[in-house]
Amino acid sequence: MSTITLHDTHNNDHHDGHDHGHHEQSFITKYIFSQDHKMIAKQFLITGIVMAVIAMGLSILFRMQLAWPDKSFPILETFLGRWAEGGRIKPDFYLALVTIHGTIMVFFVLTAGLSGTFSNLLIPLQLGVRDMASPFMNMLSYWLFFIACVVMMSSFFIETGPASAGWTVYPPLSALPKAIAGSALGMTLWLISMVLFVASQLMGGINYVSTVLNMRTKGMDLWKMPLTIWAFLLTAILGILSFPVLVAGVVLLIFDRSFGTSFYLSDIVMGTQVLPNEGGSPILWQHLFWFLGHPEVYIVIMPALGISSEVISVNSRKPIFGYHAMVYSLIGITILSFIVWGHHMFVTGMNPLLGGVFMITTLIIAVPSAVKTFNYLATLWRGNIRFTPAMLCAIGMVSFFISGGLTGIFLGNASLDINLHDTYFVVAHFHLVMGSAAIFGMLAGVYHWYPKMFGRMLNEKLGYLHFWITFICAYLVFFPLHFLGLDGVPRRYYAFTEFEFMQKWVTVNIFVTWAAIVAALAQVAFLFNFFYSIFKGKKATQNPWESNTLEWTTPVEHIHGNWPGEIPTVYRWPYDYSKPGSEADFIPQTVPYSQTMSSNMPHDFEGNAESERIQREWEEKQAKEKAILD
Amino acid sequence: MSLRKYISNKTIAALAVILTVFANTSAFAQEAAAGAAATAAKKPIDMFPIYKSAAFYTLLFLLLCLFIAIVGKAMRVYELTREAQDKPAGINWNTVNGVLFVIFLIVGLYGVYFEYTVHGNMILPDAASEHGKKIDQMFNITLILTTIVFIGTHLVLFLFSYFYKNTGKRKAYYYPHNNALERIWTIVPALVLTVLVLMGFLTWRSIFYKIEDPNNKPLSIEITSQQFAWTIRYPGADKIVGKKNYKLITGTNSLGMDFNDKDNLDDQMAEEMVIPVNKPVRLILTSKDVLHSFYMPHFRIQLNTVPGMTSYFEFTPTITTADMQTKVNDPAFKFLFYCSKICGSGHYNMQKVVRVVSQAEYDAWIVKQPKFINNDLRKQFNLPIVPEPAAAPAAAAPADSTAKAATSAPAVAMNKPALKK
Repeated sequence: MSTITLHDTHNNDHHDGHDHGHHEQSFITKYIFSQDHKMIAKQFLITGIVMAVIAMGLSILFRMQLAWPDKSFPILETFLGRWAEGGRIKPDFYLALVTIHGTIMVFFVLTAGLSGTFSNLLIPLQLGVRDMASPFMNMLSYWLFFIACVVMMSSFFIETGPASAGWTVYPPLSALPKAIAGSALGMTLWLISMVLFVASQLMGGINYVSTVLNMRTKGMDLWKMPLTIWAFLLTAILGILSFPVLVAGVVLLIFDRSFGTSFYLSDIVMGTQVLPNEGGSPILWQHLFWFLGHPEVYIVIMPALGISSEVISVNSRKPIFGYHAMVYSLIGITILSFIVWGHHMFVTGMNPLLGGVFMITTLIIAVPSAVKTFNYLATLWRGNIRFTPAMLCAIGMVSFFISGGLTGIFLGNASLDINLHDTYFVVAHFHLVMGSAAIFGMLAGVYHWYPKMFGRMLNEKLGYLHFWITFICAYLVFFPLHFLGLDGVPRRYYAFTEFEFMQKWVTVNIFVTWAAIVAALAQVAFLFNFFYSIFKGKKATQNPWESNTLEWTTPVEHIHGNWPGEIPTVYRWPYDYSKPGSEADFIPQTVPYSQTMSSNMPHDFEGNAESERIQREWEEKQAKEKAILD
Repeated sequence: MSLRKYISNKTIAALAVILTVFANTSAFAQEAAAGAAATAAKKPIDMFPIYKSAAFYTLLFLLLCLFIAIVGKAMRVYELTREAQDKPAGINWNTVNGVLFVIFLIVGLYGVYFEYTVHGNMILPDAASEHGKKIDQMFNITLILTTIVFIGTHLVLFLFSYFYKNTGKRKAYYYPHNNALERIWTIVPALVLTVLVLMGFLTWRSIFYKIEDPNNKPLSIEITSQQFAWTIRYPGADKIVGKKNYKLITGTNSLGMDFNDKDNLDDQMAEEMVIPVNKPVRLILTSKDVLHSFYMPHFRIQLNTVPGMTSYFEFTPTITTADMQTKVNDPAFKFLFYCSKICGSGHYNMQKVVRVVSQAEYDAWIVKQPKFINNDLRKQFNLPIVPEPAAAPAAAAPADSTAKAATSAPAVAMNKPALKK
């Protein structure tokens, strides 16, 4: 299959594709087993949205438990059966809820839903490529992801319930069905789902990297790529290098669970039953998990950063400030993210010497993050900002990135982490930086590239409504949680009823839950807008945001192969907005310098003597003409 | 060609109707089955009012949606009429959003102030341990620095958003880079972070690399976690916590203590952790089943308990429970330690009380605590049986306590540096 498709695209490159896109596709090859990157992007996005809605629903369930621990909601029993007997969620099921909420959000929504969607959509479109390097593998990547989702959700329909050892599934809890019901079949399904998911991510990642490195259009050298592509490229590299480590860890855990090995287990007594496992270490899992797990959080945030860079630049009508610094900081984050995993393990009993080392690397990673933030702010300075919903979300993203990043400085400090580890401070921190910043980056992407995906526009006013409610509520939900953490309230507590000192936080919990419910309801505005506009939205024009990048040179109607004729050639970087001397406030990448003599700048020619000479002659001529006119 | 041609509006409507009908029938079928089961069991719950209230809230939400839709339509009509009359657009959404950012900034700043002062006052009191004071100091420095950056960047972010919003009169300023500026905001955060790293590193070292004072030897207390309880073991008169082996664990010997080791004979159990103030305490942390985390927030202590591995945490409490009660003005105040690593369904209730007392109170309390050894265990380990009431004076004063200290250090050496110095 893949060779046929490649051949097909190859042909079109040479014959200007007159017969392009005219061969009939059946419903199945077009919408289901599609190999077209644009369709696969939409599949990833819609699956991601569905999973996000599910995970958000789960979070509302456990937020209700936290807010009203003594109250019974008989309606829950109707839906959840004996997991909520008498209308009250059971402790085991509460843990299952937080586990599956975390797993879905981190892996299925913010990894697959975010980079799956936008890497697939934008890498070929912004680089001038007809399709991915391997469309077949791309299709496989989506379907493995889909199966992973189905397997994960199927664990809600088994007797022992879904995995419930937390999304980090630390053994021995996750290895021993006796320790918690969710560690029976539910955990097996979790592990299977995760292996499928990683396979999907690897196929996707290899595809992204090979497409970016090998298939760019004429003139598109690496330093002319939009920052989105840089972010996707580095994200994919991160994924390729770190996800296999998770699989290794998962396989060992499967062995421990099903074949009686002792990789993670040692010296365990359940009740009075002495288990035969000897010689393993639970710490090993943590090292393997976080070796993926920390790069994973950058896999989540980097595409969001890339998307925001693009959206902020387009809507400020200004070049992104410090393009090179932005790229180097992404590269810095990529490299550093591999050597900071230990900051999740400061208090595991790991050798304290390691704690010191990991603290140093962790706080260093704050420097490139700070550079990115300041560059965003500098991009806004003296801009001409258009508040499209995408721009609002991108600004929201920057705000959350600052807030979440700053609380990270506390947690990255090993000494402070002693008292903050596994408390609500951590919950607040990563929800700001992943749950809010990355989600807002994703929303910015959806609002911005929706016209490209569906050929129609989203309703702007609904977008404003959605943004403002979500933005405000996200702060209302996560800001107060820091203080619970500072009071020593641990996370993953089923109820605060057993501790006297936690009683004072119950009102805060109720407030937070209400804010979460409002935020969840606000998503209805987005969902309605999204699905309604697919069919009924205003028809999009070719370049609705007046953007420079290549994807807006393709026709609105999707065609296989993206461009009807020859693939456009790229002459300039993607950020020539409001260039002095230019009539329009944007100059697309496909416009050669010869057509913009009045706005060219010396450094545009990168030291090319011939071009500089032509420009100089032109300028002299202009000066003369001006002199004559005067 | 495209999906929307396959699916017309009518088909969607029809599909929706079918789906709703199907969902309802199956839901009702389930409900009937559930109802039957419930009546068979004991107390049938009348679900009708519950469905009614659920339906009420759903309707309420739909009404809200309808209201929003009407407002949206009204705005649309208004805009269209403006357009038809060739007047400029009625509402400038760019200005609206810019102003909203400023309002958000002002209200948000007040919110932050509220949070810092109100919720900030509800957090843990000052540290009750020596190293905890250093941690608090670090925390305060970090808090001040981050708050400055937090407020500053947000002021810039939202004010820029407001001042540089598109008005249609201006062209943006082409400003692709400024190397000096970029260098400044790379180097300044790097310097600030270097200071934080250095301070954090030194604090961290001082916490985990303790030099033992031979005149002020720490009191060893062993804590063993299991699903969902803690066992506290005091070393007894010999000041050495005896050897244990998980393979010896039985119903009567819950820790798996090896009573052939003389050090175990005087080890005492306790219901709460009582420690003398201003005396170093060395916690020996182990776990029987899954991971737990020993979390004692008032003393700024947390360390996971790991099966198969022993970890250590040394600290010196500085405030007695009584002093703390007057300090926080709460006579019911208690120090606690509890579990902070997810460990199963009882994770949320796994606590013990910690009492910090004067040396005299401690001395009086410790002699009253029962020993682990009893006649059942003596039988099991072939030890001479002692008549019950008499307190066994057998292991009163072992002479070679220094030699014992070396052997009693558990074999797993993952945390050695913490143990040595």
